[in-house]
Amino acid sequence: MSQHYPVLIIIIPLFAALLVVLAGWLKQERFCYLISVITLGSTIYASLGLFRQVLEQKQITYQLAGWAPPIGIEYRVDLLNALVLIVITVVAFLNLIAAKKKVESEFTNKTGTFYGLYLLFVAGLSGMTITGDVFNLYVLLEITALTGYAIIGMGKKHAPLAGLHYVLMGTIGASFYLLGIGYLYMATGSLNMTDLSKIIPHIQQSNVVLFALILCLIGLFIKMALFPLHAWLPNAYSYAPTAASGLIAALTTKVMIYVMIRLVLTVFSMDFSFSNPIINQLLVWVSIAAIVSGSVLALGQRQLTRMFTYIVVAEVGYMVGGFWLTNEIGITGAILHIINDAAMTLCLFLAAGNIIYKVKEDHFENLAGLVKKMPITITALIIGGLSIVGVPPTCGFFSKWYLIRGGIDAENYAFVAALIFSSLINMILFVRIIEIVYFKPALNADQSACWLKDKNSMEEAPFSMLLPLVISAATLIILGLYTNYFVTDIIQFVKSS
Amino acid sequence: MNDFLEIFIAKYNYWGFIIIMMIGLYAMIVKRNLVKKIIGMSIFQTAIILFYVSIGAKENATIPILQHSHAGSVQSAEAINYINPLPHVLMLTAIVVSVATLGVALALAIKIYQQYGTLEEDEIQTIINKT
Repeated sequence: MSQHYPVLIIIIPLFAALLVVLAGWLKQERFCYLISVITLGSTIYASLGLFRQVLEQKQITYQLAGWAPPIGIEYRVDLLNALVLIVITVVAFLNLIAAKKKVESEFTNKTGTFYGLYLLFVAGLSGMTITGDVFNLYVLLEITALTGYAIIGMGKKHAPLAGLHYVLMGTIGASFYLLGIGYLYMATGSLNMTDLSKIIPHIQQSNVVLFALILCLIGLFIKMALFPLHAWLPNAYSYAPTAASGLIAALTTKVMIYVMIRLVLTVFSMDFSFSNPIINQLLVWVSIAAIVSGSVLALGQRQLTRMFTYIVVAEVGYMVGGFWLTNEIGITGAILHIINDAAMTLCLFLAAGNIIYKVKEDHFENLAGLVKKMPITITALIIGGLSIVGVPPTCGFFSKWYLIRGGIDAENYAFVAALIFSSLINMILFVRIIEIVYFKPALNADQSACWLKDKNSMEEAPFSMLLPLVISAATLIILGLYTNYFVTDIIQFVKSS
Repeated sequence: MNDFLEIFIAKYNYWGFIIIMMIGLYAMIVKRNLVKKIIGMSIFQTAIILFYVSIGAKENATIPILQHSHAGSVQSAEAINYINPLPHVLMLTAIVVSVATLGVALALAIKIYQQYGTLEEDEIQTIINKT
């Protein structure tokens, strides 16, 4: 059983999605949630098991249907993607627990469809992380993207329009990636990552390989919403149903960054990918632009989730910039930030989800005096905010610390300045929220949402929504305290590749 | 000029796919009607399928099925006589993906039409600005 974990992690949600849709179709909606919880619970179990195996054996390979690579498709797990897998499964599980009440209030007769898409989305993300075949990665990328489009299209207000814009942009991105893979195949005749990494060092002078790398990167940059290719993200994520925004916002961009790291480090190898200093410099400068503009745009928002989406744009800049500093500390920081940022974004979006569930709105004026009503949600929101700012001992501090040290090592002081500038802006953003929720007097009962009838009673979100939020907020601090443990593993990976 | 023509003619398949791809991209960027944008997206994806098909093809080569001689023994297979089937097989998957994308995009277009009563982006924008 345990040797089949790599494939079970994908197959279980894939088939459970069919079951869930069937259950929804037969009007047995109470089973939908139950099946989803069991499914994602078992994927967490499998990913933890995989991590344990990887710690012992360094690397696990799994040949699908027994076809040996490079002909067959191979799944390959090492320290890096075992960690990312845990992040994916745990985030998806926590968000699912919180989603129950929101799904009940947002969709009345689409429960089965929603959970089915949710599971397919998770299957696609884990597949992208675990696969060792570049074309298989494209297929899973599209599975993730298609389910993502559909989930976003189920959202409120202008969601269908935002979803269609995302479809157009996402398709261009995926097509560029596919084209890059095509050129890579022309030059090497292989699609297996390990095989490619053995062939590419012999043809390093080839312009075709360089072109393939550039095409793949452009495709991934569109998919991860690196500034200036970010235009689709804020609308798509802020109109997405709150039940799914925690999942989509926390994981999509991070898994794309993982894919970039995997392609650059494993497939094209560090020597080749980092050999052109102009490209490295250019990408760091693009990320600086992403960090600065994301932060400044976040400052202009008057709505909680919209503000968070611009923070996501800035965070993408952190990771891409840190990675393309091309030194060990910067790359370590970028990988560490994948884990931390997934947890932080989850925490923020869960908190926003709770607020929207109770207040029905997330404009700043509706948040006034909210701390008396929802003390636990607000506390978690503030912990998440502090982590985004980078206050120790939350985990955001440590990854930012590595990124800044990487910037100093690479003598790229503009990147360091951009990181500090972004921290300051984030400070302003969250101090403003603290001011609103603590000190601004609550609106009159008839002016604000209906729940403010009794001024002094607490009106917290239901327990099933509070628990995941509290866990995710606690995780931020726990991750911060155990940073050392992750860093040694990550550095091992960076050194070995 | 002669050199350029030579490159152009020798690599006509690449020129073909790039031109088609740019037509698709142009439609996605310039057209203001959402369905036209979606059609542009489909053209864009088809161009890449064409590219893959062309890199698998060879002159004077046939489909990669081994032919048995009358005596029942297999003739020695030389790779040069057969086209490369792998890119073509990959494109089966890519076609499925592009059909699914088209389906999702059109479904979203239907929802947009139900919501705003139009598919012209400018008109939708004015409706959004009004509310």
